[in-house]
Amino acid sequence: MYNSPCRKLTGLVGVSILQSLENAAQARLCSWDLVQLCRSSTSKWITFQHCNFLKRQYVTKTTEACQRAKPKQEALTTPLVKQHPHLQDETVIRQVQQISAIDQHPSSVQSSKETPTQDTERASSDEDPSTAQETRQWKEIKVMLGDLPGIYARLSKIRLTALVVMTASAGYAMAPVPFDPSCFLLASLGTGLASCAANSINQYFEVPFDSNMNRTKNRPLVRGQISPLHAVSFAAACAVPGITLLALTVNPLTGALGALNLFLYTCCYTPLKRLSITNTWVGAVVGAIPPVMGWTAATGSLDVGALLLGGILYSWQFPHFNALSWNLREDYSRGGYRMMSVTHPALCRRVALRHSLALIGLSVLAPALDVTSWTFPLISLPINLYISYLGYSFYRDADRSSARKLFFCSLWHLPMLLLLMLTCKNHGWTRKTDPWLTV
Amino acid sequence: MSRSGFAATLSRLQNRHGSRVLNHVGSLTAPRPFCSESDPRSRGRIKQALPGVSSFTPPANSSHDWVGPPDRMSNLRPIKYHIPEYESPLESRLRKLRQETEDWNHQFWTNQNISFSKEKEGFIYSCLKEKGLELRDEDGRKRTLSADEMAEFYKEFLNKNHQKHSVYNKEWYMRNFTITFLMGRVALLKAWRKLGWRQQDPKLK
Repeated sequence: MYNSPCRKLTGLVGVSILQSLENAAQARLCSWDLVQLCRSSTSKWITFQHCNFLKRQYVTKTTEACQRAKPKQEALTTPLVKQHPHLQDETVIRQVQQISAIDQHPSSVQSSKETPTQDTERASSDEDPSTAQETRQWKEIKVMLGDLPGIYARLSKIRLTALVVMTASAGYAMAPVPFDPSCFLLASLGTGLASCAANSINQYFEVPFDSNMNRTKNRPLVRGQISPLHAVSFAAACAVPGITLLALTVNPLTGALGALNLFLYTCCYTPLKRLSITNTWVGAVVGAIPPVMGWTAATGSLDVGALLLGGILYSWQFPHFNALSWNLREDYSRGGYRMMSVTHPALCRRVALRHSLALIGLSVLAPALDVTSWTFPLISLPINLYISYLGYSFYRDADRSSARKLFFCSLWHLPMLLLLMLTCKNHGWTRKTDPWLTV
Repeated sequence: MSRSGFAATLSRLQNRHGSRVLNHVGSLTAPRPFCSESDPRSRGRIKQALPGVSSFTPPANSSHDWVGPPDRMSNLRPIKYHIPEYESPLESRLRKLRQETEDWNHQFWTNQNISFSKEKEGFIYSCLKEKGLELRDEDGRKRTLSADEMAEFYKEFLNKNHQKHSVYNKEWYMRNFTITFLMGRVALLKAWRKLGWRQQDPKLK
């Protein structure tokens, strides 16, 4: 969307800078170049691993002692071509080393890339630099207090938790009752703690699988920063106060929903990910419960409004997750995750489209159920149509870029939809009590 | 996948190909000793590095475990477990279980990653052969298949390994729970010791 104007501006700036840099050491890239590279790229999918991988490529090219990434690949694949009819394991194992070498931590890339070519002639003199390097990569498992906040943030998937708390807050704010700040804060805190606990247990269960996937290999348990017991203790330390807070200071219904959600996520969704594609539907329910919790925290009962909000979040999960999983098919296949995108690709795209369209329907249902005014379906129509359009493109094209676009759209679509809903909230209850409002 | 079944497969592969790298995997059928337990002076050090096993030795004054870089084959990080001076039978049981689980995990994922890579290359080769194309194009670059074509392979691989993963999952969950439970017991034991009330019974389990 923003490529052309950004490209022109950054192109002008970039050209002038690149020209000056060309005179400098040619192969050395500074961070500005990387930013230019990122900005000029049509891809919006710039993850940490992507930047790291780009950095590694250029680092290996500049270092004299290290071999270049490109010729390395050719050297590895040539024996494969010659011996391919026999498919010897040794050459394939070299390929595995190459694959896992690319996936690995930057400092270990050099040692792992050297190993295949020195395979047959590994003199003791060659071992010293690689051994020294390997020694440096060993870390003592000693938890420093200063590291704990960062570790806990990653363990509890703090950004996902923040999104969950946001949806619960939206649920509370949409409820047609007077706004109670203390109850709101307690409900948000309780939901946040329950979410932290659920995410920690999820990571505790999935250590070996997370190690083998690029997206998840930097998690604290995978890196060995804390022990499994520590992670479980942290989860318990979050779950018990969280659920207790919800049950005692908010209301028992919200506490029960929180406990149910925690159970569904840790004991149903997490194991099901490896057994059956129904995990996606269970996960959608898990995502739908927080706004329901927010609503019940405010009203104390499970109204149709709560179910509608839950329904909107339920439908939103499918374009969000199905688009995300489309580009992770290789990792899911190798890691043994049973996802629709791998086993039933057509179903994956159909479900994403179906639920993108359902969002329009649910937005129309909102005023019919007296949750919002009739302005809401009108003002939310542009963003709902846009996500449906992207869902249709994903259904039709089924490629990386359409999946990426749909995923990124879903990230801003949800907060926007909830905000619009909040602005169109039906204040019907205030007409009787508020003298300033006219009927 | 049972250890005996995997060990048999490995020995067949070893006999067929004298690959040093396969030896690295094969050496892991036996549990790697952290140290020679018969010699108390060597505690905390590896006397002799086994082929393919990291020769890293934690410093003698360290009283913590050490975690290494991800393994090239299995992507799992090895851990060197510290053996305390007065290791109780419970702590010893925990350490051995953790080491054994680490080795078992390493074997499984090494095998998994190798088979994935091997079958992927075979699939690409057979697809290109059907189209009448060589593995490399005119510029010498390796040909790749589109995501749709690869999706067939991913689906097939996942379905083929469904049962294997199911068995692995159950065992992993059991081991993980047992290790965590033992870690809890050891933590309580250490806390008990620190409070000053030593257990009289030397056969504590």
